[in-house]
Amino acid sequence: MLEVSGLTTKYGEISALREASLHVGSGEVVGLIGPNGAGKTTLLNSIAGLLTPSGGRVTFDGEDITGMPPEKLLRSGLALVPEHRRIFVDLTVEENLRIGGVTVPSADRPALLDEMGERFPMLRDKWTTSAGYLSGGEAQQLAIARALMSRPRLLMMDEPSLGLAPLLVDVVFDLIEALRSQGRTLLVVEQNATRMLDLADRAYVLRSGEVVAEGTGAELRDNEDLFDTFVGN
Amino acid sequence: MTELLQNLIDGLGRGSIYALLALGVAVVFGVMHLLNFAHGELITVSGYATFWAMAAGWSWYLTVPLIVVVSVATSLAIERVAFSRVRGADDFTLLLTSFGVHFVVSAIFLLYVSASVKTFPRPGWVTNTYALGSLRVEVFDTVVIGVTVVTLLATTLLLQRTMFGLALRAAAADFDTARLMGVRSNSVIRGAFALSGLLAGIASVFWLMRAGSISPSAGINPMLKGVLAALVGGLGSLRGAVLGGLALGLAEVLLRSRLPDSVASLTEGVVFLLIALLFIFRPQGIVTVTHAERV
Repeated sequence: MLEVSGLTTKYGEISALREASLHVGSGEVVGLIGPNGAGKTTLLNSIAGLLTPSGGRVTFDGEDITGMPPEKLLRSGLALVPEHRRIFVDLTVEENLRIGGVTVPSADRPALLDEMGERFPMLRDKWTTSAGYLSGGEAQQLAIARALMSRPRLLMMDEPSLGLAPLLVDVVFDLIEALRSQGRTLLVVEQNATRMLDLADRAYVLRSGEVVAEGTGAELRDNEDLFDTFVGN
Repeated sequence: MTELLQNLIDGLGRGSIYALLALGVAVVFGVMHLLNFAHGELITVSGYATFWAMAAGWSWYLTVPLIVVVSVATSLAIERVAFSRVRGADDFTLLLTSFGVHFVVSAIFLLYVSASVKTFPRPGWVTNTYALGSLRVEVFDTVVIGVTVVTLLATTLLLQRTMFGLALRAAAADFDTARLMGVRSNSVIRGAFALSGLLAGIASVFWLMRAGSISPSAGINPMLKGVLAALVGGLGSLRGAVLGGLALGLAEVLLRSRLPDSVASLTEGVVFLLIALLFIFRPQGIVTVTHAERV
């Protein structure tokens, strides 16, 4: 479904990402793990069109989408829940969701809003509240719900559990599990490597901008040397 | 008391026009971080259109829609020719580009039309007044205030109730994330320039009706009022821009009527001094814009 080959992205002279390659099949949950500064966010942002790669190729369902602007990518079915959630704090919860559904026909929007209200009951209780008043956990759920409004075929998430209290981390992982059981295709960047490996069908390990390992969750978890590497010890 | 009320009405009339100009500046600043020093050129261009239309025998009834259309078209054309090329550039580049547009537009009229001031007839009712109790109210001020209130309400509805308005607000808060949601940067930026041109067009109608003349440098004054009012109100805040415009109009009228005759001609200077003082104590303007996020 998603094919990334030899992707390189530079900030000025510095390569934050060096010839990274990965693939995500339809219905798969793929994890992307590695220490801070490994280039995980750079990789997602380069796929999503927020950053322009200087080399390599990204294809989505066989179509070359390298360097395509994010608004166009979303229309072909690829959505990103960005790092730090980046919800619109001045807009209400409902408005955040509406903007998430800006690309769907307006006739379909009410049903999608209802669906999000059912799936995220705590959001429905705060429908008309400014999103700036949400707690971290609520904001993360809103960020995910907002991305789901576009009915993506592939959902990428950047550190969905970052900065959340342990109890809320559970909520987020439960949510990923629920999305997976619906057969959704997910590419998730996580710092919480152990939990991500438990959940993911496969995972890639990134270090200093390079993909250093690939395997099923179990394979990577059992490889102790590697484990030390990617948890950053 | 009567004099104060009189000043308030005069000030609101004047401030309404500034508010419309400032709102246009703020809308564009919101999506592009561009402080548009070429905003006054919309009045320059529509002013010449007015002069030519009137010279061709058009009535004000026909000229009013013409002004609005020309203003919107000019705003979109300037975006396409100049600002679309510097999208995402640093603030300083954007600022210089807008100065450039301002000079180029004035130069075009200076070179190809004339350096002299062109005059056209003002509508007869502009100077009419009517009695309201002990007050003498200008018909013009009444119309300006009324039209501005309706325009602001319509703009609020547009921003609050339509998908375009929502996209505009989202893009102003966080442009990249809005694009991630599928908001097209082209549509939202062009939409912002169209809205800015529409608001300037309405302001332009009143500005030109009162001035009855146009010259290549006529855009400077309205541009200064619009930009200053947006700054006074707090850049990025639409509500602030409207408040800033009204405050600027009121300050001008109050000072002009209160200052001794010998210094009344320095009103503008005194207003700038007050604005400078405001920025010393409240550099963010009247309304503080925050885009903080809780973790």
